[in-house]
Amino acid sequence: MTTFEAILFTIVTASTPLLIAAIGELVAERAGVLNLGVEGMMAMGAVCAFAAAFTFDSTLIGIVMGMVAGGLMAALFALAVLGLAANQVGAGLALTIFGLGLSGLIGAPFVGQTRPRIEEWPIPILSDIPLVGHALFSQDPFVYVAFGLVVGTAYFLARTRAGLRLRSIGENHASAHALGLPVLKMRVMAVIFGGICAGLAGAYLSLVYTRFWAPNMTAGRGWIAVALVVFAAWRPTWALVGALVFGAATVLQLHAQAAQVGLPSQLLAAAPYIATILALVLLSIRRGRAVGAPGSLGTPFVPDR
Amino acid sequence: MKTGTSLIAALAALAFGATGALAQQDTARVGFIYVGPVGDHGWSYQHDQGRQAVEAAFGDRVETTFVESVPESDAERAIEQLARTGHDIIFTTSFGFMEPTLAVAERYPDVKFEHATGYKRADNVATYAAKFHEGRYIIGQIAAEMSETGVIGYVGAFPIPEVIAGINAFMLGAQSINPDIELRVVWVNSWYDPAREADAATALLDQGVDVITQHTDSPAPLQAAADRGALGFGQASDMERFAPEAQLTAIVDNWNDYYVERVGMVLDGTWESTDVWGGIDTDMVHMSDYKNMPDEVKTQAEATEAAIASGELHPFTCPVFAQDGSEVPCEGDGVLSDAQILGMNFYVQGIDAQLPN
Repeated sequence: MTTFEAILFTIVTASTPLLIAAIGELVAERAGVLNLGVEGMMAMGAVCAFAAAFTFDSTLIGIVMGMVAGGLMAALFALAVLGLAANQVGAGLALTIFGLGLSGLIGAPFVGQTRPRIEEWPIPILSDIPLVGHALFSQDPFVYVAFGLVVGTAYFLARTRAGLRLRSIGENHASAHALGLPVLKMRVMAVIFGGICAGLAGAYLSLVYTRFWAPNMTAGRGWIAVALVVFAAWRPTWALVGALVFGAATVLQLHAQAAQVGLPSQLLAAAPYIATILALVLLSIRRGRAVGAPGSLGTPFVPDR
Repeated sequence: MKTGTSLIAALAALAFGATGALAQQDTARVGFIYVGPVGDHGWSYQHDQGRQAVEAAFGDRVETTFVESVPESDAERAIEQLARTGHDIIFTTSFGFMEPTLAVAERYPDVKFEHATGYKRADNVATYAAKFHEGRYIIGQIAAEMSETGVIGYVGAFPIPEVIAGINAFMLGAQSINPDIELRVVWVNSWYDPAREADAATALLDQGVDVITQHTDSPAPLQAAADRGALGFGQASDMERFAPEAQLTAIVDNWNDYYVERVGMVLDGTWESTDVWGGIDTDMVHMSDYKNMPDEVKTQAEATEAAIASGELHPFTCPVFAQDGSEVPCEGDGVLSDAQILGMNFYVQGIDAQLPN
């Protein structure tokens, strides 16, 4: 394994939690719901995944519980903003604060514990491709799930009837409702899908990335996922690009320091953010036309009774 | 005006009578302000171990309270809350709590304050800190002994004097074993971001480093080293369980004895404002068991530890040369002075990287 391959490998792992959470948020936003609680759902996913994996000594149970925890948090959010038509920004911020606090409480007995390392699952033949094979196909299962999510979501949104309905609900919920589409039902499902993804991203952090639980270990990754959705102009494939650019800039700046490239570390630390903004500005210019947010994003829908 | 003055006098008399100023007291309420969560398994965790030691030592005579994850910008409110609710002594355990502690202390002259790692004192504000650089010198020696590639790595949080002094002590220790040792430093610009700390450690390992140390608060870099079969050190608390085959030793912050002593003084009525800078000699800087190393390395580490404890060896013994080769003025007694160490803002000779400023 060359240094180049090693760097590429870490870039992919660094991008994975961002990508999984961003895809979930992207689907929720495409349905017209802005959920700023990703950070809180991710923290809950991380703590529940670790707690379950540790208690039952099973990584699989941990992953499932992380997804369940994220989904339950999202269901709570759905109850507030869809059931009771509460303000989405306010409820999302509350969900983040609530999730971070509750995760600390749940995780208290598990502080200082650790889990064994998860082995990579190399895919035969593909992992032998020169340069990129190792980084893409010699990874842990989460990475493959993340790639699958991108492809699946892109196909679902662009090519299926249900995806079209979901998008139309996000663009104009009044028209969709007039056409007889189940606006609230589809939004609830989209929000819960977002929560499950955030929970899975959290599980990745506490079970693979750093195999322990510590309070606030998400360290703002949920917020980066929310930002990636905007930068990606609500498209799954661009979310993949954005996550990889962000991951690359994060990892490369650390390598630049380790290799003693004479640049100030603060500037290097800001590099991921600068690179992400630049890349996505360039991408949206190349696309030629502005891609806006879903028309009904963030507005509560109260059907006539 | 006159009534106002007499009212104040009456209140003062009442307060004096009620608290009995310097007299002994049967019980004490003890408050702690932490910058991080108790569960960080690092800095705040160790302060909380100290709080528990106080409870264990005095039992029913003390009642302790702690407030965790207090942002430095919001500390004054949290400290004032403890002062107002009848705490006799309040420990504020982060450098950034310095000004808020002094501000509250001025308004509550009867309450005693202890500020960790600061340098401003008042009649009711004492300061305390630990000479972590002593431990860093020892682990520098171990790192140089254990490294096969001759390249060792350091994950740093922020380029502040405390961290820089640690890096320099580590490098001087390593150079005392292998003058050609190479040190790579990566700053993560955060005290606590486990995933990024792990990435930083991985970047160092990818570039040929085989022994890693850290001055950030999570066990992630040590764990990353263990995953690659490399070696590392615990920071702030014993992190052996995270990497039983990789942790060589850990520099443990041991506040227990100090907290018990100071609370005891409050109970005895003998507390006064002091400045304590404890090291290996008082066990405030505690080295956990030396493991995963050959016996001769262990023997040497123990000898160095003993020499530092007895005062025979000082990590910054003159002459100390700065990065550009110039000799650092020797302001202490054959060693760099405490003030020079507390304000350290240069790398020693042999570190190639530029110090961020």
